[in-house]
Amino acid sequence: MDGIVYLDNAATTKTAPQVVEAMLPYFSEHYGNASSIYGLGQESQKAIDQARERIGVSLNAAPEEIYFTAGGTEADNWALIAAAEAYEAKGKHIITSCIEHHAVLHTCRYLERRGYEVTYLPVKENGMVDLEALKQAVRPDTILISVMFANNEIGTIQPIEEIGRLAKEKGILFHTDAVQAYGHLPIDVQALSIDLLSASGHKLQGPKGIGFLYIRKGVKIRAFLHGGAQERKRRAGTENVPAIAGLGTAVQRAFTGLTERMEKESRLRDYLIRRIEEEIPYCRLNGDRTERLPGNVHFCFRFIEGESLLMLLDGKGICASSGSACTSGSLDPSHVLLAIGLPHEIAHGSLRLTLNQENTVEELDYTVEAVREAVERLRGMSPLYEDFVKQEKLK
Amino acid sequence: MYSEKVMDHFTNPRNMGEIEAASGVGTVGNAKCGDIMRIYLDIDENHVIRDCKFKTFGCGAAVATSSMATELVKGKTVEEAMAVTNQAVMEALDGLPPVKVHCSLLAEEAIHAALWDYAQKNGIEIKGLKEPKKDIHEDEEEETDWQA
Repeated sequence: MDGIVYLDNAATTKTAPQVVEAMLPYFSEHYGNASSIYGLGQESQKAIDQARERIGVSLNAAPEEIYFTAGGTEADNWALIAAAEAYEAKGKHIITSCIEHHAVLHTCRYLERRGYEVTYLPVKENGMVDLEALKQAVRPDTILISVMFANNEIGTIQPIEEIGRLAKEKGILFHTDAVQAYGHLPIDVQALSIDLLSASGHKLQGPKGIGFLYIRKGVKIRAFLHGGAQERKRRAGTENVPAIAGLGTAVQRAFTGLTERMEKESRLRDYLIRRIEEEIPYCRLNGDRTERLPGNVHFCFRFIEGESLLMLLDGKGICASSGSACTSGSLDPSHVLLAIGLPHEIAHGSLRLTLNQENTVEELDYTVEAVREAVERLRGMSPLYEDFVKQEKLK
Repeated sequence: MYSEKVMDHFTNPRNMGEIEAASGVGTVGNAKCGDIMRIYLDIDENHVIRDCKFKTFGCGAAVATSSMATELVKGKTVEEAMAVTNQAVMEALDGLPPVKVHCSLLAEEAIHAALWDYAQKNGIEIKGLKEPKKDIHEDEEEETDWQA
């Protein structure tokens, strides 16, 4: 295989050439400040308006409900902190799930330190939020429910419609972190009763450092960055026009032929899953088999550790990721894998492969071969496997 | 993130394997934390380490430190092997990232555990060697569905 096989699209994606092309004029040609009155500035304003319009259409939202941010993390921070502050007169209770991205979880911790109470919903073995637990968690002082659209590690798509309906019935704000889902699944904020939605540009072949928060009209949310009048005075700061223009183009690309792309990616995904399950013993697919992001494949391989696996795959030119402790920067493996009930030592042996439509069957075949070899090699080195084999012989 | 030496020892581990009827075997670490190292020693009648092998479950640094530790103790007497500290292993590997220093400690502990096993079996005392911490294999019940 020449070059690299990129299977880490949940981490980030290659910026599409059309996106780069759409951005370039806004560096040294149309460099005006969108707040300026002269024509040069208005060129920038037009680009921003067009991107906002495209995003609005993609979500069945109005353009003025879209607020550009520096990415998904900022959108999550803003949604949670501002909603908590705006509605604290009603109560100080927030419900979220225990498998959220750290952008949500750590913001919840921050709010807890400031007197808010947070319920972290458990998930089922497939990574889905338990709707019964959600119903029971709702209290009169609950002001916000924040549940991710789809999980970044194991790819499980959450029952967003049901959660949205419940939130609406109870008069509670509903935020969803759709960073992994936006541009990969159809999302209709009206049909799903979503009040706040975070998304990021670089997960859909757009630029890094740009994202947005959808805020339903009528939701009282304060400014997050204070200063100029940009973003309807709710998010001050001169707009990142090239990135916004790039995001607009990325959104248009992502939603054109979305259904076909989802089908293609799901087929590739299921092919990869099937081959791994058939050819590598002692593996376990994590996440739901069908309610799953089209590009997500996530396995645990028993008796081995994830970072070693990634290093061997890297040696073969394959870019992948893992939820092992060594890759999380702490001693604990991923909180998502522990939340779905995996013991620590099994969670350490995880591998996430996230593909997109540009991946080929040849690349996947090459990857299966490389994973199989690497797993065998690491098992050959593993004292856990040695003990297991000896025990099996005794049986 | 890793030095060239670490990468080399990870990619081409030295002395990986088992020794049948080893003079001493030591297993340290904890699967829960993501590292287990096992060291096998073959020691002759003059207390010289004739051969040394390892098996490791863990990250790249865990594999590389095990590999380097076996290289460093091979051919040494058991007393000399006591001088192979985690510091020595790290230096030989041109350093480790701070979060991986514990791997070198584990390698030192694994060597000590194997030496302790040898000393116990032969009723000898090795200067400076203390009883290793109990092997902390967790007996967690497995309820995971495995694709066999």
